[in-house]
Amino acid sequence: MGPSHPSTHGVLRVVLQLDGETIVKATPYIGYLHRGMEKIAENKTYHQFIPYTDRFDYLAPLSNNVGYALAVEKLLGIDIPPRGQYLRVMICELSRIAAHLIFIGVMAADVGAATVFFLSFQQREYLYDIFEKLSGARFTNSYTRIGGVARDIPDGWIEMVRRFLSTFPRELDDYERLLTRNRIWMERTQNVGVITGEEAKNYGLTGPNLRGSGIEWDIRKAFPYSGYENFDFEIPAGTVGDCYDRYLVRMEEIRQSVRIVEQAIKNLPDGPVNAPEPKIFLPPKQGVLTKMEELIHHFILITESFDAPDGEIYSSIEAPKGELGFYIISTGGKSPYRLRIRSPSFNNLQALPRMLEGRLYSDAVATIASLDPVLGEVDR
Amino acid sequence: MTGINSMGRIDEHLEELKKNIPDCVLETGSYNDQDFAVVKADKILDICRFFKDRLGFDFLTDVCGAHFPEREYPFEIIFHLYSFKRNERVRLKIRLKDGDEAPSVSSVWRSADWNEREIFDMFGIRFSGHTDLRRILMPEEYNEFPLRKDFPVQGR
Repeated sequence: MGPSHPSTHGVLRVVLQLDGETIVKATPYIGYLHRGMEKIAENKTYHQFIPYTDRFDYLAPLSNNVGYALAVEKLLGIDIPPRGQYLRVMICELSRIAAHLIFIGVMAADVGAATVFFLSFQQREYLYDIFEKLSGARFTNSYTRIGGVARDIPDGWIEMVRRFLSTFPRELDDYERLLTRNRIWMERTQNVGVITGEEAKNYGLTGPNLRGSGIEWDIRKAFPYSGYENFDFEIPAGTVGDCYDRYLVRMEEIRQSVRIVEQAIKNLPDGPVNAPEPKIFLPPKQGVLTKMEELIHHFILITESFDAPDGEIYSSIEAPKGELGFYIISTGGKSPYRLRIRSPSFNNLQALPRMLEGRLYSDAVATIASLDPVLGEVDR
Repeated sequence: MTGINSMGRIDEHLEELKKNIPDCVLETGSYNDQDFAVVKADKILDICRFFKDRLGFDFLTDVCGAHFPEREYPFEIIFHLYSFKRNERVRLKIRLKDGDEAPSVSSVWRSADWNEREIFDMFGIRFSGHTDLRRILMPEEYNEFPLRKDFPVQGR
């Protein structure tokens, strides 16, 4: 299967050894993207690497940006103001909705229900409008900065999000009506690609794939970041660990994300969005044009960037696909000595042979889709 | 500093560890509330098994390598462990010379399998006891190790 098979959503190749229609052995082959992100990071300044993070999970670039920025901020020991944190929570959750919408559409299309694909992509377009208004780009947004976000929200943006949230839950109900009790959908996904909670832990699954197997674990609750401890939301979990459970978990996660964004809009604090760290974050433009000190900071940041202290940290976020972690070894200087990216899809995909072997060939497509792998992240 | 994962303090775990596997801890360190311990490379399999079975670190978050060409032991392998029960992370490291083999821990946590293949692929470190040590991201016939510091960014 693949690399061009539609269910692989990119460049995954899975070699299947069959006995009739039963899969005896499944061997995934990856590495077709040739990206070299970790090597690039060692040769860019901390700020320069932000646009590269867009390309890990390219279905949710905003949350990758946040994960990376949080890791560097942890290394530098800086904290950003509440308004910046709330904005980050909002963009993370909107990204989660966008990423899960792709999952639902693509998995449904893989199983043969094309309608949901068109409906969910339409909603994604609205989300892209929202991202475009916020960051200027629809796809690779690079909105987060180390020490805050690129700029405060533009006029009318909150209304745009509100408008989206007012109609979107009804759309979700439609998808549920099309799929959740649909006989064909249930037959194709229930008890297919089963992985138990213990096995899921052993294989290093995280995110909805782990929760689908009944483990209620979410980094937003386990190690809250960016003020997630101030939000009221629940962690959905499955019972069987099959494709159907993974689908249900993601559907519920979308609803919880809607809840979080609504709370963020309601309680959005006033004030600055960036840490007052002129040596790390660009000073306000008005200051650069009128004050010598700020002009110097601006100049130095643009031409030389900042120096990080010696040290090493690990920091991770709950990205739409699972635990997105950054491990930075710094020996001082303007670039990380080593930047390791712990990407969720890499570990999730590893469990694929375990889920496929002994199953029917026709289940392979649904199982791969239910893992929701993004090869941009697998190949790093 | 609020809001970002902090590693647990590992002192008490190391005390437990030393009682069972003596003389295995070589060095400890800490940065920003995140501790680490450098342990003996040849004991890493026993240490990992101890951390999993006795201390409840049932999840291997990540294994990765790092290259320090100027050091006596130029390669480091870093393990990030997590315990669901304790909600705690721990960082362990081993150090290796060029050409040394590291014991594979994929028998303790299945998730080490692909990570170790990646370390082999990127740094050229071999893992003894690994059942399927092949290149994972680069082509089979490729002979270089891209994440070593002597490998240029533009490639050869």
